[in-house]
Amino acid sequence: MGLLSKKDAALIKDPLLDNNPITIQVLGICSALAITAELKASIVMSISVLFVLGVGNVVISLMRNIIPSKIRIIVQLIVVATLVIIVDLVLKAFAYELSKTLSVFVGLIITNCIIMGRFEAFALGNGPWRSFLDGIGNAVGYGVILIAVGFFRELLGSGTLLGFKVLGDPIEKTGLYAIGYENNGFMLLSPMALIVVGIIIWVQRTKNKSLIEEH
Amino acid sequence: MGLKQNLHNLKEKYKGTKMAPAFNAIHTFLYLPNEVTHGGTHIKAADDLKRTMNIVIMALVPCLLFGMFNAGYQHYAAIDGSLRTDVIANFFTWDNLWIGIIKVLPLVIVSYGVGLIVEFIFAVIKGHEVEEGYLVTGMLVPLIVPIDTPLWMLAVAVVFGVVIGKEVFGGTGMNILNPALTIRAFLFFAYPTWMSGDKVWVYDAVKRTGTEDAISGETILGSYAQNNDVVYSTWDMFMGFIPGSVGETSTLLILLGAAFLIFTKIGSWRIIVSTFIGAAVMGLIFNGIVNADIITESSKFYGLMSTDWWQHLIIGGLAFGAVFMATDPVTASQTNKGKWIYGFLIGFISIMIRVFNPAYPEGVFLAILLMNVFAPTIDHYVVQGNIKKRLKRTKVKTA
Repeated sequence: MGLLSKKDAALIKDPLLDNNPITIQVLGICSALAITAELKASIVMSISVLFVLGVGNVVISLMRNIIPSKIRIIVQLIVVATLVIIVDLVLKAFAYELSKTLSVFVGLIITNCIIMGRFEAFALGNGPWRSFLDGIGNAVGYGVILIAVGFFRELLGSGTLLGFKVLGDPIEKTGLYAIGYENNGFMLLSPMALIVVGIIIWVQRTKNKSLIEEH
Repeated sequence: MGLKQNLHNLKEKYKGTKMAPAFNAIHTFLYLPNEVTHGGTHIKAADDLKRTMNIVIMALVPCLLFGMFNAGYQHYAAIDGSLRTDVIANFFTWDNLWIGIIKVLPLVIVSYGVGLIVEFIFAVIKGHEVEEGYLVTGMLVPLIVPIDTPLWMLAVAVVFGVVIGKEVFGGTGMNILNPALTIRAFLFFAYPTWMSGDKVWVYDAVKRTGTEDAISGETILGSYAQNNDVVYSTWDMFMGFIPGSVGETSTLLILLGAAFLIFTKIGSWRIIVSTFIGAAVMGLIFNGIVNADIITESSKFYGLMSTDWWQHLIIGGLAFGAVFMATDPVTASQTNKGKWIYGFLIGFISIMIRVFNPAYPEGVFLAILLMNVFAPTIDHYVVQGNIKKRLKRTKVKTA
């Protein structure tokens, strides 16, 4: 790693696996449940959070020495809100259909616990470059899980991926449907997102026993 | 060398290896283990988990056999309605039983086969003995699904129910939700077209849709929900000569099973009785609403609300749920007072869901799953209440 020092590289690498915001810190679950019924929505959501968290962390980090600690939450909210509105307007301008699918959840990025969590825990105490890496790392860690959940939910729930019919046509009974396969409607309901996330958590902790919490 | 000795030798051979639990399970399933504890005083009790499970299975056998005949009877009666005029003569026939054998037995085999494979895999991975919990679940599952459920759907649901409903919590005895109902709920939410409507309850009805031989068999609840008249008499409903899930139609045989469970002290009579009371109370409330002219005949709830309260007790899955599902000792309340509350709420909520859910006029499994979740809370408050009462009593004495 010529570009990044070992310590900096860990900022990106850790949130991907051993300190994943969703599966280890169990943050940002709400959006993981709400918008993962389609892979496309998951990807767009991931990119939006990547933008908001990456830029937001840098902004907060630059301002960290001038923010009075009493009103820091308000300042953080204003920064997130500004960035979220930018994302929302860009989506409405260039991907209107998709922004309707994501509807209120783009706005709710403001309340995504991961973002406030990283501002509080990292950006307020670190320089802009490290904050940027941390933001990117956490957003990618969040996105990986979101995309994995979206992949399984769309594939098993609708038989499609990114809207493309990979398992055949359910109405004309082609592909897998010709032999009696049916889409699993449960996959499209939110509880199943929780269960899929739960299975990912289960697999991850079975592979790395040190992640299992004492209780 | 009999089979027993062979199995024992196999068991000894694999002792201490990863596969040991699998062989232990096969051995103890068929025979009494020949290990004897030496020294010390022991309490001997014949009713271990496996015997308990076997008694429940015995209580279920009449329902299963009846369900097999009923599968054929509903099929032929849907083709030729005149068969219904003389039920007794047309019910216990070989033709009926044959359809039961080719349709119901595969459900049983898939349910047991898939479920036990999952149990064995988990026992080997976790290195503990195979638990007997699945013996009853495997029997309950085929009895609570529609006859035409595709076998692969059942297999998927069983894997889901056993893994997510039971194994992730630590196996038999640790599960929060009843595994059989988890399987049923999964099927219902995942494949709703196979779980409701007027086609799925009669063998071959789905396949014949759109052809000139088309047949259908709406359940009684389904007919009431659409404000339609029902062709079945009360006698039919009680005896179970009606379309429905495989084994839950005959209230008579379910009550027989209930008597057996209560007699052997396996099932809790408190839960069974209070569930029926809860359902009756809710039924009476709805009847009262109809009698007071609060809703009119045009209301979409009118059909089920005006159903006599006692009819609610003998149609649908209420009796089966009350006797075989709600009484599951793992997921039910443990305290006596808690059992009354738990059962009452199951009955109460069942009828409420039944009436207010237009898409699927049956709510027993949802009500039981809901109360499964609340059972520990109920117990907690019953126990706390008891502690408070006793503390008060001692305070009065000392003061």
